[in-house]
Amino acid sequence: MHELAVTESLLEIAVRHAQAQNASRITDLHLVLGQWSSIVDDSVQFFWDIISDGTIAKGATLHFRRVPVLLTCQDCGKEYQPASEEFACPNCGGTHARVKTGEEFHLEAIDVEE
Amino acid sequence: MPKRIPVVEKILSANDRLALKNQSRFDAAKVFAINVMASPGAGKTSLIEHTIKGLEGRLRIGMINGDIATSFDADRAKAAGATAIQINTGGNCHLDAVMVQLALSQLDLGALDLVIIENVGNLVCPADFKLGTHKSVLVASIPEGDDKPYKYPGMYRGVNAVVINKIDLLPYVPFRMDFFKKYRSAQPRRDPVRTLLPDWGGSIGLAGMAGGAGEGIYRVLRPVLEPGLPRKYVNPNCCNCLCFDRS
Repeated sequence: MHELAVTESLLEIAVRHAQAQNASRITDLHLVLGQWSSIVDDSVQFFWDIISDGTIAKGATLHFRRVPVLLTCQDCGKEYQPASEEFACPNCGGTHARVKTGEEFHLEAIDVEE
Repeated sequence: MPKRIPVVEKILSANDRLALKNQSRFDAAKVFAINVMASPGAGKTSLIEHTIKGLEGRLRIGMINGDIATSFDADRAKAAGATAIQINTGGNCHLDAVMVQLALSQLDLGALDLVIIENVGNLVCPADFKLGTHKSVLVASIPEGDDKPYKYPGMYRGVNAVVINKIDLLPYVPFRMDFFKKYRSAQPRRDPVRTLLPDWGGSIGLAGMAGGAGEGIYRVLRPVLEPGLPRKYVNPNCCNCLCFDRS
């Protein structure tokens, strides 16, 4: 939710890295999006098309690499993927877990033209 | 020729960056700050009011209150003994780091030990806007029903502690405590979180309710209250300050 602010930040990061390499155009952005991230990719795409207009990133394609949720059981140490409403550890039944992956939202790389 | 540039940069909104600045201000002034969130009517202000009274003479407290309109809550915090700043969000459904930054310019942080920020009553948006506080507290209340952790996972997953308020209404309202707490205890998180069930037996009444829940918030404030810990201990990455017995 509140994807506009996030998309503006995405544009700022991409343009900054492209300019540092003296690139003239950004063609692709490679994003990493965790399953439990509260970001809605359709909304990011919607805002992206509007705010990238008139920048060196105009028309760039957004690629989302999705990362599944992986939990680490704090009782037995096993890593597992939780079921939708059941978070308990399938190995020991423990209910104390930490999120190992699945909450990411970052820009991994951009493709640019000189 | 197209070429790939590795970036690997976390996409923080402008809000998150500003929240980090707010936190630096708290840290520089050695002030511990908490963000209190809840649905409207859960009892945030009553809880804060009783906490302020209960800590009189022990901690110098500043309170920042966010509401769409009125200064009712800041007035109550002032009457209880805190330095209080009211923010009227003018329709915004949450506080953000900009509003808190503006409020901080009206507070003399050097004269405070603890800042309590009361967010706008809402179980959705406040979870997404960091303010720069060290810990966040969710006030749940019995009349809201036992399914709220399931319906608002983003909020319940993100807080450091939950205080269950209006516990004396349990006999009168259908509320499966085991159902509520099952989600709470099984909900994975980065920070250890405990359900703080206040143990008290007052009659139905606002003062009694908030007074009871106040016991819960003292435990959240342990880093600034516990004599054994450095009094102004502020390390958001350390879990020691909220590690209660597993229940």
